[in-house]
Amino acid sequence: MTDPNKDLEFHTIAVLVDNEAGVLARVAGLFSGRGYNIESLTVAVVSRSQALSRITIVTSGTAMIIEQIKAQLERLVPVHKVTDLTLAGAHVERELALVKVRGTGEHRVESLRIADIFRARAVDSTNDSFVFEIVGDTGKLDAFIRLMEPLGLVDVSRTGIAAIARGADPM
Amino acid sequence: MTGAEIVLRALKDQGVDVIFGYPGGVTLSLYDEIYKQNHIRHYLCRHEQGCVHAAEGYARSTGKTGVALVTSGPGATNTITGLANAMMDSTPLVCFTGQVSTSMIGNDSFQEADTTGITRSCTKHNYLVKKTEDLARIIHEAFHVAGKGRPGPVVIDLPKDVIIGHGEYIGPEQVIHKTYQPKVKGDMARIREAVAMIAGAERPILYAGGGVINSGPDASKLLAEFAHMTGLPCTLTLMGLGAFPASDKQFLGMLGMHGTYEANMAMHQSDLIVCVGARFDDRITGRLDKFAPYAKKIHIDIDPSSINKSVIVDIPIVGDVAHVLEDMIKVWESTKAKIDGTALKNWWKAIDGWRARNCLGYKKNNDLPRPQYVLDRLNKLLKDQNAYVTTDVGQHQMWAAQYLGFDKPKRLVTSGGLGTMGFGLPAALGVQVAHPDAQVIVITSDASIQMNIQELATATAYGLPIKIVCLNNVALGMVRQWQELFFDKRYSQTLFDRQPDFVKLVEAYGGKGIRVEKAKDVDGALQAMLDHDGLLFLDIRTEQKENVFPMIVVGAAHNEMIFNSEESESTGADEDVVLA
Repeated sequence: MTDPNKDLEFHTIAVLVDNEAGVLARVAGLFSGRGYNIESLTVAVVSRSQALSRITIVTSGTAMIIEQIKAQLERLVPVHKVTDLTLAGAHVERELALVKVRGTGEHRVESLRIADIFRARAVDSTNDSFVFEIVGDTGKLDAFIRLMEPLGLVDVSRTGIAAIARGADPM
Repeated sequence: MTGAEIVLRALKDQGVDVIFGYPGGVTLSLYDEIYKQNHIRHYLCRHEQGCVHAAEGYARSTGKTGVALVTSGPGATNTITGLANAMMDSTPLVCFTGQVSTSMIGNDSFQEADTTGITRSCTKHNYLVKKTEDLARIIHEAFHVAGKGRPGPVVIDLPKDVIIGHGEYIGPEQVIHKTYQPKVKGDMARIREAVAMIAGAERPILYAGGGVINSGPDASKLLAEFAHMTGLPCTLTLMGLGAFPASDKQFLGMLGMHGTYEANMAMHQSDLIVCVGARFDDRITGRLDKFAPYAKKIHIDIDPSSINKSVIVDIPIVGDVAHVLEDMIKVWESTKAKIDGTALKNWWKAIDGWRARNCLGYKKNNDLPRPQYVLDRLNKLLKDQNAYVTTDVGQHQMWAAQYLGFDKPKRLVTSGGLGTMGFGLPAALGVQVAHPDAQVIVITSDASIQMNIQELATATAYGLPIKIVCLNNVALGMVRQWQELFFDKRYSQTLFDRQPDFVKLVEAYGGKGIRVEKAKDVDGALQAMLDHDGLLFLDIRTEQKENVFPMIVVGAAHNEMIFNSEESESTGADEDVVLA
């Protein structure tokens, strides 16, 4: 038998659910109740006409736990479909962050320069601050935020990961 | 129609004839509607937990969905233990809870509780009905969800204004659930693989559980048929008892923590375990890394989340037990599969050797009766009776599982997964209501019976002739046993200094009580109990030091059982060799 504590894997799971009251609580409660990890969770309506929302969860666990998570998600009554994007093949993951940096002089110029390198956009500006909008994968956002720290980082708001499979097929 | 009328109509259309409930402020209109009709019988329990357990007893002994109806706030919170119990033991229930008016929700109104929030993790699904127009659809959906797939409890939270408001009724045939359609047919390729694996095995064993019973009476018949055509030994979980006849010579008894020596040794030594509607619970497997070390595993389960949860299996088959067994039998016949005769003969020889140990043997006592003796005698007296047994939780429950033989499914109603003390008596209400002419016997203890003892009032009020066998050891027996074995006999908070006079107590509730203090009086008292036509309570004093054996202690393997010291001196690992 394999040691349940080794071989931790990260998986991105897309869950199509009925857009009804309490559905997010069911999903989040499943994770907390059974001791699963949530690295990132995003949710939004994807079809108003069919009242469907899509939840993207990044979770970690052994292969056995990941299987359990998917089976437990499928067991929830308002869940239509569960897709493990990590197993399903190539997929795209994106996250958006709004990053507030306060500073003047050289710090201010440097933050703009780095933002340019990262293709971050300034979406708000005052005499001594910027709010940058940056889109990318988690690693890129982490790197950008780290670089902003010594330049006067004051606030970060991140959306969490949205993900979709590459190619023409739906989930 | 008003919401209240819709509820009653929907229940009627779902074939509900009995509900267990307790009224309150916000459900007044619903109770008014109950008053005006006569196709549904309402049983007034004395506590909402009792309502839910009674509905469970009704469901477990009939296979139908049980229905409970309670009020908001404390009414709803009192159902939690029952709902969690039904969830763990896969019991189909629909529980209606009253709720304050939608405009009042969230205001900390009188008797308000966030019922859907609180019950989310102990129900299969729950609904807060916000509009009367949705009510009929939701009720029909709830019955679908509760009963289909792996059964479970569903809560419908009914705000007062939804009950009073008006909406249109739609019948069950107009409601098709858009997402919840569980798969009942097993994958044929896997079934063929499984048949080939069984035919190729030398030491196979069937390990079956409550899923067989939930699948319906056909599943039990098919399980016996499959066991007989293949020659496999069969062991059952606590929840599965009765799914395979106890009197069948291929039956090895219950397995697990307090299972028989033969069942656990056979699991340990087997080279193929065929798990049918069971879930490799920790009370079954013992220490996981030493569980069935030589065995390949086939797992039939309707719930995909049960598969590979704790034990990795070689062939998972997701489907309803009866459907899968039917297909397995067909494939077994069409492929003319057969297990090697010599191997099977040797396997049975080994099993008979373990059986010869007589692990459930006990010495008779002349003074205080032994609990094993009481249940042994009861078992003999029940042989030709149409009997149902419910239990509470603890030592008496394990002895009941060991010494009472169940030849038919749905005859034992016990709290398995959650281990709910106080389950037995209210569950018996539901069983007796469903089977008015049957002997319904509660096996309980002095500790368990005092949780939900108020339901004696329900039983006598409705003239339910329930028989209660209380194995009274003046202790919280199972916990005391663990303290004796693992905490150096420090009996912290497990011995009762004072107890009520149960005979007087039962008589105060309007039943009859008999106290038994001598082994020689046991037979007469049991017979008198079975002959009595009303509620009867046997207060049987038993030896406090009596322990449940055999036992696999937590963290031990199936071949490391401990036994009754009077019966055998053996402890420690036995015969951990692969049988040739």
